[in-house]
Amino acid sequence: MAAATRAPAPSGTRPPTTPTCAAPSRSTRRRQGGGMGTLVLLIGAAYCLLPVLWVLTASTKSPEELFSTFTFAPSTHLWDNITSLSAIRGGLFWRWMLNTAVYAVGGALLSVVVSGMAGYGLAKFTFTGKALTFNVILAGVLVPGVVLAIPQYLLFAQVGLTNTYWAVLLPSIISPYGIYLARIYAAASVPDDVIEAARTDGAPEWRIFVSIATPMMLPGLFTVFLFQFVAIWNNFMLPYIMLGDDRLFPVTVGLSGLLNQGASQPALYTAVVTGALLSILPLIVLFLTLQRFWHVDLTSGAVKG
Amino acid sequence: MTVATTSVTTSAATSATPARRRGRRAGGAAPYVYLAPAMTLVVLFLGLPIGYAVYLSFRAVRVSGLGLSRNARQEVWAGFGNYVRSLSDPDFLSSVGRVGLYGLLLVPTMLALLLDSERARARGFARLAIFLPYAIPAVIASLLWGFLYLPGVSPGAFLAERLGVTPPDVLSSGLVLFAIANIGLWGGVGFNMVVIFTALKAIPRELYEAARLDGCSEAAIAWRIKVPLVTPSLILTFLFSMIATLQVFAEPLTLRPLTNTISSTWSPLMKVYRDAFTRDDVYSAAATSVVIALATFALSFGFLRLVQRRAFSQETG
Repeated sequence: MAAATRAPAPSGTRPPTTPTCAAPSRSTRRRQGGGMGTLVLLIGAAYCLLPVLWVLTASTKSPEELFSTFTFAPSTHLWDNITSLSAIRGGLFWRWMLNTAVYAVGGALLSVVVSGMAGYGLAKFTFTGKALTFNVILAGVLVPGVVLAIPQYLLFAQVGLTNTYWAVLLPSIISPYGIYLARIYAAASVPDDVIEAARTDGAPEWRIFVSIATPMMLPGLFTVFLFQFVAIWNNFMLPYIMLGDDRLFPVTVGLSGLLNQGASQPALYTAVVTGALLSILPLIVLFLTLQRFWHVDLTSGAVKG
Repeated sequence: MTVATTSVTTSAATSATPARRRGRRAGGAAPYVYLAPAMTLVVLFLGLPIGYAVYLSFRAVRVSGLGLSRNARQEVWAGFGNYVRSLSDPDFLSSVGRVGLYGLLLVPTMLALLLDSERARARGFARLAIFLPYAIPAVIASLLWGFLYLPGVSPGAFLAERLGVTPPDVLSSGLVLFAIANIGLWGGVGFNMVVIFTALKAIPRELYEAARLDGCSEAAIAWRIKVPLVTPSLILTFLFSMIATLQVFAEPLTLRPLTNTISSTWSPLMKVYRDAFTRDDVYSAAATSVVIALATFALSFGFLRLVQRRAFSQETG
């Protein structure tokens, strides 16, 4: 943590762009050594890609081929698999995908609004109870979310909210870590002078927040969104406990249930594998396209501190 | 989010320190309005469930007579009875023991050091590939690995068969722990790597230049400069890994249909789930939940206190 803020080196000073006297010797050294390092890196990359490569080829196999042909041998049945997956209970799988989008996108958006407001309030105002409020939120960061799932279920059951979309959405909105991040971003990116100037000009508080502070905090809020999006998508226990109706399932709970049925109907295994591929495709595309953002964000964030 | 994890301490501190200007108080009721939704949600979905869990953990149902009359089932105070039962339950103890450390730390450190080394090639490709598992939810990851573990699918088994060797069954009772640890490692490697890699990127390159001029080898630079400087990030990833490990639930649950070596109390949270929903014993489930939460707290605080002096001593010195 300390290292990041201590180094104000702009990204342009990385070796390739700054010719120093050491540069020529380094390039020769790079040509000589590094074989072992490259090998280890490639093995690491192969390890990480292995299951993804498998799901790409396995989803093209027919149920008979799935357990008989070589692991990475592709086949030609992708379309058949998708149609048979879509045929399960009248396209239930696609409903799961839609549900996942509702939970993850909707929950993350609401979470950004709540976190952004709270973070701005904490960073830019002094008020009675500020320290207490922030400490409560800090404590919330450390509470393991999954431990809450069962008491949350019991409380939701008492007000009759289990087995509804709200049962998954509502607990997903609050993100103490998101508030924590938003506070940091607000403190770093919204100058006090700008707020002062707006106040002097007679702008109402909500206007300052909506029209001035929010645009300035936007890159940070985007990170909060991504973080919460992944957190909701990954949270298995909450929907698993809260939902009984499989029409409300997110895709993770749905596929896990389908795998359970596979024990008695092995033909479902190809459907599960194809479903796994279809469910991670949007995420992989999202990550690959946002990779640039991750990177830019990482370096610029470290500089801004 | 890696940004935040690396720059958290200092900026949180700076935001609080500047002298309070008069103009700042001009908000009036505004800060309370901004914080109202967040605090309402914190109270409703964090505070209340925690309080309820603690309350339940001290309660129990007493059945009087044959349990047939209307008032036969009564909720009564149980003191620490649930805790005693939970902590002395061999199922719970063995589930905690099983969920030991996965070693989620070592591999990411090595990979991050290599990614930062100018000598290794294919760094862009490797970074992308190693980050990819982070995009895949634990359930889907378990599903994919679960199939890859099956002898009919596994590439290892395929090769072994060609060579005439009997491949080991990865999902047998002796190896299933490693099978699940592997899924955790695979899923965690990308995130941990990015955290460490970000910290590495922030180290001024001049330090390396100076070290090279002094005749330092690349390995020595990695060990004596890079590792000490990213220690705070290493601690953070270690902590995250430990906490994640305590909460393993989705992975073993997803693998269960594929093997009969995973019991319904394989991990602590699986036991909580079984107690609450299969056995209808909410009270003992609540007690175990509280124990897990306290253990997480103890781990976080204890570990941070233990290493803080060493990790952050460079800041002042």
